[in-house]
Amino acid sequence: MLKQKRFLFWLTMLLLVTFFVAGCAKPKTAEPPKPAPAPAPAKMKVAFVYVGPVGDAGWTFAHDQGRKYLLEKMPDVEASIVESVPEGADAERILTELAEKGNKVIFATSFGYMDYVLRVAQKYPNVVFEHCSGYKTANNVGTYFGRMYQPRYLSGIVAGKMTKSNIIGYVAAHPIPEVIRGINAFTLGVRSVNPKATVKVVWTNTWYDPAKEKEAAKGLLAVGADVIAQHQDTPGPAQAAQDKGVYAVGYNTDMRSFAPKAVLTSPVWNWGPYYVKVVDAVKKGTWKSGQYWGPMSDGVVDLGPYGPMVPDDVKKLVDAKKQELLSGKWDVFTGPIKDQKGSVKVAAGQKMSDADMLSFNWFVEGVEGTIPK
Amino acid sequence: MDQMLLISILAAAVTSGTPILYAALGEILAERSGVLNLGLEGMMLVGAVSGFMAAVKTSNPWLGLMVAALAGGVLALIHAFLTINLRANQVVSGLALTIFGTGLSGFLGKPLIGIPAPQTFKPVTIPLLGKIPLLGPILFQQDYLVYLSYLLVPILWFYLYRTRPGLHLRAVGENPAAADAMGVGVFSLRYLYVAVGGMLAGIGGAYLSLAYAPTWLENMTAGRGWIAIALVIFSMWDPVRALLGSYLFGGVDALGFRIQAVGAMIPSFFLNMLPYIFTILVLILATREGSRRGAAGPGALGLPYDREER
Repeated sequence: MLKQKRFLFWLTMLLLVTFFVAGCAKPKTAEPPKPAPAPAPAKMKVAFVYVGPVGDAGWTFAHDQGRKYLLEKMPDVEASIVESVPEGADAERILTELAEKGNKVIFATSFGYMDYVLRVAQKYPNVVFEHCSGYKTANNVGTYFGRMYQPRYLSGIVAGKMTKSNIIGYVAAHPIPEVIRGINAFTLGVRSVNPKATVKVVWTNTWYDPAKEKEAAKGLLAVGADVIAQHQDTPGPAQAAQDKGVYAVGYNTDMRSFAPKAVLTSPVWNWGPYYVKVVDAVKKGTWKSGQYWGPMSDGVVDLGPYGPMVPDDVKKLVDAKKQELLSGKWDVFTGPIKDQKGSVKVAAGQKMSDADMLSFNWFVEGVEGTIPK
Repeated sequence: MDQMLLISILAAAVTSGTPILYAALGEILAERSGVLNLGLEGMMLVGAVSGFMAAVKTSNPWLGLMVAALAGGVLALIHAFLTINLRANQVVSGLALTIFGTGLSGFLGKPLIGIPAPQTFKPVTIPLLGKIPLLGPILFQQDYLVYLSYLLVPILWFYLYRTRPGLHLRAVGENPAAADAMGVGVFSLRYLYVAVGGMLAGIGGAYLSLAYAPTWLENMTAGRGWIAIALVIFSMWDPVRALLGSYLFGGVDALGFRIQAVGAMIPSFFLNMLPYIFTILVLILATREGSRRGAAGPGALGLPYDREER
């Protein structure tokens, strides 16, 4: 009797452990299906490391669209992915694994991978590493990012024109320069057409948490915001706006499908052309390390499609500004720009340097909120 | 603070307290029968993912809810088998259940990420009651699952304290040997209440994925299962006190973003910590009150029952 029980106990434990291992066996490497083992010419292998799941409809989804574009343009390339890789020691293991597997280019698509990329890159000098949104480079490590603040400014124009309460809510992820820059550009856009409007900021301290982001948006709606903008990877804030019957500005990808009645437009990423450029350069042997910060004229960032509620005169206004941005004659952070206290930070006619923009740690006039230090 | 903001905070307190309430009610039943189930978080996650999956497949949130309850119940049966039949350590088995549920839900939910739920539980205003100033928008402009929890709390209270099966349940948890001698089926009752507890936890999880978020997200419970376990202690295993506690937690949870939106100069990191700080505070208070009153939960809580060891 006792023996039987003990046996049963161990059997159950074994089953539990097996389930557990099966359940935890991710992040998994999803390799594209291999063609029949014909002696085809060896394909060039590249790999993408993602911080979230491909289906997040946001940041990672946008990168994966870029990967698909790459496969379409360069059919002789094999591009594998690793999803949901945490920004920690796991990243180093996965990067090493990918380098061992013979990938020629590895795209690390999140800021937190930075130091791990550099460490692994040192061990594999013949592999090219491209790190998104970072600032450290090496002989075989380049960085890339887009000037998202440009379309954000344009989306601010739309929001400034559409608000009636003159309170615009902004659900923001983490208090880092990238996010602060976006809030500032958006606010400048709002105030360029509606100097009475203010932008209220709420921090969620998360990139990806639909419930939390929605709750944050509800908090903003409760204090009278009638347009909700966001720097988050899910459509949560836009959905909260739709539930309340007000407008929203999406982010990352065109978010109209999640909240069709609310989304005015979305500043979007378009990584495809850049990925083709890099892989092509590596193939031809012309790749050089560098820091790429692509403007709107390169197509890496853009303003997504409008919702049907945006009137034509607003679209015209946006188009005019867009032309100025595309021609390179004018940029968003051109003075005079005041901070929240009203003192002039950028003098009239002066342009902010890239270094200053990359280390933004103050809010412009018109933003209501604080930056936690 | 103006009235609209106050109403918004209190209404959000009810909404974000509801998943915790369901889980806590389930845990109260299980613990009252003498089985500590620390697998709440895992059962909630599995409930959330399976309910969402069923709702996506069938476009029917009620069907999703039923599947979620079933899934939570099945998971709880594993715990019941391990702890009641095999007399495994309840703490270890519960922890294993949480880890297992977290992994399993992440695995099952992979293809569901980013899909919006086709049909979800939407707020419905109750006629008449919903028009009461102040109370109406807080309590009676919620979704059906919240109304269901309003009904469940008094029913459970009555069941526990005023009916014969409720008495049996408490007896099994206080002194299983005596209950057994009285002819109460200790094993079958423990099985039953652990399973029902799992079903309620599954419903709590489904509330997150079908009404609150409503999407599937890996690990979306974010510690709510653990908060519910702390709440059971705070509530002294009483459903009515669990209701109050849940809304208190929900309120603290909802307060964070609204304090930020008003523009108070409190760091957002601190505000995000609030519910968890609150958990610790509540546990300290509950333990003090418990020792003063001499009531420290069901007598046989956490102890496996063995007939042969009498």
